[in-house]
Amino acid sequence: MEGLFFNVNYGYVEGIVRGYKSALLSSNQYVNLTQCDNLEDLKLQLSSTDYGNFLASYSGILSTSIIQDNLSKKLYQQFQYLKSNSSGKLTKFLDYISYGYMIDNVSLMITGTLHERDRSEILSKCHPLGWFDTLPTLSIATDIESLYNTVLIDTPLAPFFKNCLTAEDLDDLNIEIIRNRLYKNYLESFVEFIEQEFTNPDQEIMLRLLNFEADKRVINISLNSLNNPDLTTENKLSLLPNYGKLYPTYHNELAQVDDFEQLKSIVENIGEYKDIFSDGDNGSGSGPKNLEDWFYLLEMQYCKNAFTQQFTLSTVWAWLRSKEQEIRNVTWIAECIAQNQKNRIDNYISVY
Amino acid sequence: MSGAGNREQVFPTRMTLGLMKGKLKGAQQGHSLLKRKSEALTQRFRDITQRIDDAKKKMGRVMQIAAFSLAEVQYATGDNIGYQVQESVQKARFQVKTKQENVSGVYLPTFESHINEEINDFKFTGLGRGGQQVQKAKTVYTRAVETLVELASLQTAFIILDEVIKVTNRRVNAIEHVIIPRTENTISYINSELDELDREEFYRLKKVQEKKQEAAAAAELEEKEAKEQRAAEALALSESQDTSKPHSEEQIQKEVEKLDLKAHEEGDADILQENEDDVIF
Repeated sequence: MEGLFFNVNYGYVEGIVRGYKSALLSSNQYVNLTQCDNLEDLKLQLSSTDYGNFLASYSGILSTSIIQDNLSKKLYQQFQYLKSNSSGKLTKFLDYISYGYMIDNVSLMITGTLHERDRSEILSKCHPLGWFDTLPTLSIATDIESLYNTVLIDTPLAPFFKNCLTAEDLDDLNIEIIRNRLYKNYLESFVEFIEQEFTNPDQEIMLRLLNFEADKRVINISLNSLNNPDLTTENKLSLLPNYGKLYPTYHNELAQVDDFEQLKSIVENIGEYKDIFSDGDNGSGSGPKNLEDWFYLLEMQYCKNAFTQQFTLSTVWAWLRSKEQEIRNVTWIAECIAQNQKNRIDNYISVY
Repeated sequence: MSGAGNREQVFPTRMTLGLMKGKLKGAQQGHSLLKRKSEALTQRFRDITQRIDDAKKKMGRVMQIAAFSLAEVQYATGDNIGYQVQESVQKARFQVKTKQENVSGVYLPTFESHINEEINDFKFTGLGRGGQQVQKAKTVYTRAVETLVELASLQTAFIILDEVIKVTNRRVNAIEHVIIPRTENTISYINSELDELDREEFYRLKKVQEKKQEAAAAAELEEKEAKEQRAAEALALSESQDTSKPHSEEQIQKEVEKLDLKAHEEGDADILQENEDDVIF
């Protein structure tokens, strides 16, 4: 029943996204890319893919960052196109997706304002997907009080600031803590939105992806703050999103662990994450994987599975994540080629 | 010996000769000292060249690993990580201290790296994503900077030593090929001039003696003539005064004896004079 009227509102967008999805690089194409001897070859190989002549207007010496910039541009264009064709809850959903990038941008602007940097310099570093109209005005505020009271309130992120951070916090706390607290609030409100607006199977898929996102952050934060006495247990708890497979059973324990082995034994209680810390060979022959690689791989598998359901909006999220991973992969391959480190070139993650 | 052109403009006196001999001795001593200094520096220089070679190779490897670890960070965390790190840094964790080392009178600055473990400004960076890669990149880059500091101190020593060795070698060569020959030339010039003066002096004395002898001979002749004249006069007088003749003849005899004695004495004195000259030369 739920699929009956889906196409009335969202059929076009889903079609587009599935089209984008089929344009994602396949394993074969990745193998071709890894055979390249220099970046010119890579450009040539990429021109036979969906990227086409994305570097045609660029003349000069290729560098990894230029390739990355141009690949990302393509992604931004596609996302903007989806956004302009969206309606109803899809628009809201896309907004929620951009909030994640907005958090990065806002924390960037706050850092810049605190250190009195040039506005244009910071704006050029902002993520295009997290752009909103009032972003440039953030740098107008000269002191923390006015930044909080007059400027942040007007941003789309205001609800995330509202309950967790006061003006004093902005001054005292490390920007990374602010960022992670915002992200926690963002994830929680995203999950609420999904639970309210989405129906099954859409809801099920999105919740799985968001729970994974939450777990990823929880594990990362616990791991990265292991040797950091500045972060108290309560502070750490305030950074962990209240969702995910690790919630609520293991959050308290995770916030208290102080060595790697303890952390490992807690995380291994969850079936899906059993292999995360096994640093041995995973059988694919691409060398030992680190934590990030594991997360990326798991996320890509979830995203691939998300495409198996018809009439879902979660495909947008899955496609965006896959595309981002693809850009990372290509950048990684380009970096390996540029730095002549061919033995690590197979570290990319390809599921399609 | 290259002619009179390559010598110092001095008066050829015995005092200058003494001065010059002192100068030559000093120059030779300075030459051997500088030569030894230059050898010590050159040895050090070779050592440093070898170490620079090693350090550069090491830097190549370390920088490659470091650049790659940065690529890993970017893969794990996405963009802007550099900016976040830059903004969160407050104090220098890695400090370079400099001190001086003395190698045969040359002060070489050496840099020492020092890591303040308490300062770790961006330990929160990448908290939610890729924090481990950031920390890994940090340690790798710390190693890279250590290598760079080592290389910098070697390079500075290299440049300074190069300069000093050049200067020292120039001095050694200047002393060896200019100052020592010139001083030697000056000394031989002074010697030859002094010899010349001595020969002139000898000749002059000879000449004086000759003149004296001539003058003595002339005076003797004159006296003889005068005596003869007087004798003639006396003869004429005796012819006119016959009474006083025996007496006057006796007188003449006496006078002649006296003159003879005088001449004899003068000859003795001349011989003495001549003997003295011989002793001098």
